[in-house]
Amino acid sequence: MTGPAHTGSYLSDPRVRPMEWLPWVLALVCYFAAPTYLPLGSYILIMILFALSLDLILGYAGIITLGHAAYFGFGAYVAAILAVRVTADPLIGIAVAGISAGLLGWLTGLVILRMRGLTLLMLTLAITSICYEIANKATALTGGADGLGGFNMKPILGLFKFDLFNKTGYLYCLLFLFVAWWLVRRIIYSPFGASLTGIRENVARMHALGSPVYQRLVAVYTISAALAGVAGGLLTHTTEFVGLKVLSFDLSGDLLVMLILGGVGRIYGAFVGPVVYLLAQDSLAKQFPEYWYFGIGLMLVLVVMFARGGILGIVDRLLLRIRRGNT
Amino acid sequence: MTPALETRNLCKHFGALTVAEQINFKLDAGARHALIGPNGAGKTTFVNMLMGGLAPSSGAILLGGVEVTRQSQRQRVKHGLGRTFQINSLFRSLTVVDNVSLAVAERHGVAWGMFRPAGRYRSVVDESMQLLDTLGLLEDAKLSLAALPYGKQRLVEIAIALGMRPKVLLLDEPAAGIPSLESHRILEVLDALPKEIAILIIEHDMDLVFRFARKITVLAQGAVLMEGSPAEVSSDARVRQVYLGERRE
Repeated sequence: MTGPAHTGSYLSDPRVRPMEWLPWVLALVCYFAAPTYLPLGSYILIMILFALSLDLILGYAGIITLGHAAYFGFGAYVAAILAVRVTADPLIGIAVAGISAGLLGWLTGLVILRMRGLTLLMLTLAITSICYEIANKATALTGGADGLGGFNMKPILGLFKFDLFNKTGYLYCLLFLFVAWWLVRRIIYSPFGASLTGIRENVARMHALGSPVYQRLVAVYTISAALAGVAGGLLTHTTEFVGLKVLSFDLSGDLLVMLILGGVGRIYGAFVGPVVYLLAQDSLAKQFPEYWYFGIGLMLVLVVMFARGGILGIVDRLLLRIRRGNT
Repeated sequence: MTPALETRNLCKHFGALTVAEQINFKLDAGARHALIGPNGAGKTTFVNMLMGGLAPSSGAILLGGVEVTRQSQRQRVKHGLGRTFQINSLFRSLTVVDNVSLAVAERHGVAWGMFRPAGRYRSVVDESMQLLDTLGLLEDAKLSLAALPYGKQRLVEIAIALGMRPKVLLLDEPAAGIPSLESHRILEVLDALPKEIAILIIEHDMDLVFRFARKITVLAQGAVLMEGSPAEVSSDARVRQVYLGERRE
C-alpha cells in the first residue's frame, strides 16, 4: 500500500508519495458510500489515531508498553468531565484533553522511562491500573462503573452540529487524524525521528554519542500521550459518553494487536491494522456471535507466525515479487 | 602541557577482587598510545571507567585537565571523549550514512529538530559523506549497514566516532574480528586520522600496535606493569614474562 517502510533517515525523501493519499481518498469515499457505517467509521478513525500514537513510541522509539490506554482514557475522561462541568465546546475539549494527557504522559514518562524492557512494561501496566481504579472509585467526578454521559456537545465552531448518524463526527475525527498524521510524519522524517530510530536500534551507541536518550524518550512519550488523549477526547465527543472501558487493559492489548496486525514502525500499519481488526470484529460478531474472538485470535496467530511486519509486510513482499517478475 | 586524558590513582574493586589498582595514566595531546596486556589484565574495566560506564572505587579521571570522574557519559562526550567498540555497536537497519549522521547531528546540536526533514540538514549529510569519503566508504554510503562485510563495518565504527570530532579517541580493538591480511586497511585509516586527536588504542594484534603506537602502556593484573616506547616494551623481560608465561615460581 505504501512502498518501503517510512524510516527516520537522512536519506529519505520526505515528500508525500501518491500512494499516501489513498487512505484519505478511501475515507472520503466511505463517507459518501456507506452512510450507515459512519459510527463504526468514526470509531475506526479514532483507533487509527490511537494506534498512530502507539506506533510513534513503540515502532520508532522502541518503547514497549501495555498501558497506552491510560492516556487515551485520561483524555476521554477529561473531555467528558469538561463537557459536564465547564464547557461543551468540542474544540476546547479536544485541546484540553490533549494537553492534559500530554502532561500525564510527561509526568509518568519522567518516572518510568528510566527503566527498560520488562520493568518498563510492568510500570506501564501499573499506571493504567491506577488510572482505572481512580476512575472507578471517584464516582462523584467520573460516574464510576456507570460511566459519564448525559451531556450534549455544542456544534463545532458553533456551526456543525453532531448528528445521530455521526456524519459530522466522522469528518471531525478525520480532520484530527489528518493533522496528527501530518505531525507524526514530520516528526519521523526529522533528525529527532532519526535519533529515535537510533535509540531503538542501539541505545548503548546513542549514549556513547552523547545523545540525551532519556530526554528524547520523555519528549516522544509526551507527544504520543497527547495524541492518545486527543483520540480519547474524540471518542467522548462522538459518543457523548465515557465508560471505564477506555482505561482498561483490554483496550491497551487490543491496540497493540491492531498495530502488530497492520505492521509496526511504518506509519500506515496504524491505518491498516485497526481497519482490518475492527471490520473483522464487526462482521465476525454478526456471523458468529459466540466465537468471534476465535477469528481474531486465528488472524493474529497467522500474522505473527507467517508475516513478521504485519499486513503491510506481506504487501511489501508481494510488491517486491511483482516488480522482480516484471524485470 | 595538560594531558588530553589523565587518571590519578584509579582503583576498582568488585568485593575482594581488585581489577584496577592505582592506575596513573597520561595520554598526551595528539598521542598515539597503545594499551596492551594479557587477557584479564583489566583493559576493558579501565576503558569502561574512562567512558563513564563503570564508576571507579577511588581515584580521579581528568579530560583536558577537567575532572570528569563523576560525570555521565554524555558530559564526557561533550568534553571531547569518543570511542569505538570492540564488538561492532552499530545501527544495523539504518544506512551507512545514517549511522554517521546520527553522530554528526548530535554534535551539531540539531538532533532535537522535529519539523524540518533530516535530509534538509545539508551540513550534517555533507559532513557525514565527506567522512565516509576519507575512509573509502563513499560508494557504500547508501547501503544498509547490515549489507556491508565485517571489515567495512569496523571502519564505520571509526567513522561514527570521528563524526563526534573527539579530542580523545579510545579505539577498543579496532582490528578485532578482521583477518590479519586485511588489518593493514585499518592501519591505513588509523595512520590518516587527524594529528590533533589523542588516540588510545587497545589492541591484541601486536603487529598493529607496534606499527601504530609511539608509546605503549602494559597492564597486568589491574596495575600498570610498565610504560615506554615500542622498542623498550618489546625488549622488557617482565613484559615477556606476563605474555609468554616464563615466570617460574
